[in-house]
Amino acid sequence: MTQTLTLSQLTKTYDGVTALRDVSLSLASGERVALLGHNGAGKSTMMKIILGLIPYDGGNVVVTGAAPGSAEARRRVAYLPENVAFHPALTGLEQIRHYLRLRGQDAGAAMGLLERVGLAHAATRRIGTYSKGMRQRVGLAQALIGHPALLVLDEPTSGLDPVSRRDFYALLDGLAAEGASILLSSHALTEVEARTDRIVILSKGVMVAEGRLSDLRRGAALPVAMQITARPGQGDALARALPGAVAQGDTLHLACDQDAKLPTLARISGLGDLVADLEVLPPSLEDIYSHFSRRDGQ
Amino acid sequence: MNRILATAATEFRIALRNRWVTIAVVMMALFSLVLSAAGSAPTGALGADRLSVTVASLTSLAVYLVPLVALLMSFDAVAGEVERGTLPLLLTYPVARAEVLMGKLVAHVGILALAVGVGYAIAAIAAAVVDPRALEGAPALWRLMWSSVLLGATFLGAGYALSAVSRRPSGAAGLAIGLWLVLIVLYDLGLLAAIVADGGGAFTTRVFPWLLLANPADAFRLYNLSASEATAAAAGLAGAANTIPAWQALVSILLWPLLALGLAIAAFRKVTP
Repeated sequence: MTQTLTLSQLTKTYDGVTALRDVSLSLASGERVALLGHNGAGKSTMMKIILGLIPYDGGNVVVTGAAPGSAEARRRVAYLPENVAFHPALTGLEQIRHYLRLRGQDAGAAMGLLERVGLAHAATRRIGTYSKGMRQRVGLAQALIGHPALLVLDEPTSGLDPVSRRDFYALLDGLAAEGASILLSSHALTEVEARTDRIVILSKGVMVAEGRLSDLRRGAALPVAMQITARPGQGDALARALPGAVAQGDTLHLACDQDAKLPTLARISGLGDLVADLEVLPPSLEDIYSHFSRRDGQ
Repeated sequence: MNRILATAATEFRIALRNRWVTIAVVMMALFSLVLSAAGSAPTGALGADRLSVTVASLTSLAVYLVPLVALLMSFDAVAGEVERGTLPLLLTYPVARAEVLMGKLVAHVGILALAVGVGYAIAAIAAAVVDPRALEGAPALWRLMWSSVLLGATFLGAGYALSAVSRRPSGAAGLAIGLWLVLIVLYDLGLLAAIVADGGGAFTTRVFPWLLLANPADAFRLYNLSASEATAAAAGLAGAANTIPAWQALVSILLWPLLALGLAIAAFRKVTP
């Protein structure tokens, strides 16, 4: 597969503060990669370097086979900035027509693009009257212009309601199926879980994790939590049978490593009549995310 | 070229919505009308046709008003995009920074040409109504018109440059007013003081003409006054206008817009979104 984006040992420093350190990453065509991290983790800096908006200090960046920010790269890369803004005096339709002309495309395609993002009804209203979600849709519409090879989307779903988010990801699925690479940033792992092929976690400018969600889950090796409910009157007996568990009324809470999960389950099922119910809680996505983003590049 | 025209069309639409087109046209029209009415007295004494006298008055008006309108339209050009947050997205498009500025320049020059055209046309009609010989002044009026547009283009470019340097609309507005004050008002006062102190020495004969040509507003005034003897009589700069050939002033008028645009592009290239 062809690589639409390759970062190798990318380093960027702002006034002595390291914004990105030795970040290496590549995106194949049709691949969707989510970039996660706290505020200030370096997500937006990385995106701006890929777009050629700011220079970098070390390493190498190749975008669609060209230098970032070169005419060739700009022709084939689309961007949706965080909190995208437009001139309030223009209507959504005029703004999209303008962007189409800048990309050398037929301005007549503007209405079709606005329809794709569900904004046709407000196309002739001024952007100054739009809500944040509507502006975000204008931003998305302009990112669809001219079948870009790479879409760089900075927190694209902020300001969108849950239904719009689902529509948005469905749109991305379609683009990826057509061969576009997508790099999007987000605060929430839960949101990108099912909609991206790979996840990259940045923490203080360092890439602390990269891979499929299942890889991250294994790599984090977080304990599995179990909730065991005792039969009426058997609480004390159950607590004695499971040393190390924390009792809370009739329920016992137990945590064990991934490797110990099956033996522990066997032990609990061996307790027979003492147990009324059992819940196994795998580490949540937020737990996994916190695990990686807290490691702070150790 | 298409990208420049697309930018120009959008900028013109924005200026129309922000009432800048209306403000510029109404301002020029009002001042022209007032000048036509006030400038009726000296006609007989000078023996010049009415339109030529009006042109002399309009020259003095344009020197103040055209740069002001140009700076007001341009100070927001880059700083406004930075403040609104529209610049990063724009710069990821396959459009060169020079093309963005040239697009804005085309739109703003168009608006200025419209305002100047309407204003001067009103003055011309007012002159023609009372003086049948007014047509004699038509070439002077035409010269004033296109040189006014070039003067405007110079200050539009300067406004873009200040806008890119300051990166904040409030700072850019302050710099723009400062530039207007220095080049249009204080510069001449400074030269006047220097001439008085010099008392006809080397400064007055050698340096002074170059200093006049170096200022786009003075070059504009010189060109319009020296090109028409009748109008020169009506202005205090007549003495200076006679010592400097008209072609030198013309070169200054033609070069300044290019120089200002070049400065603006260089300043814009330094802006990191």
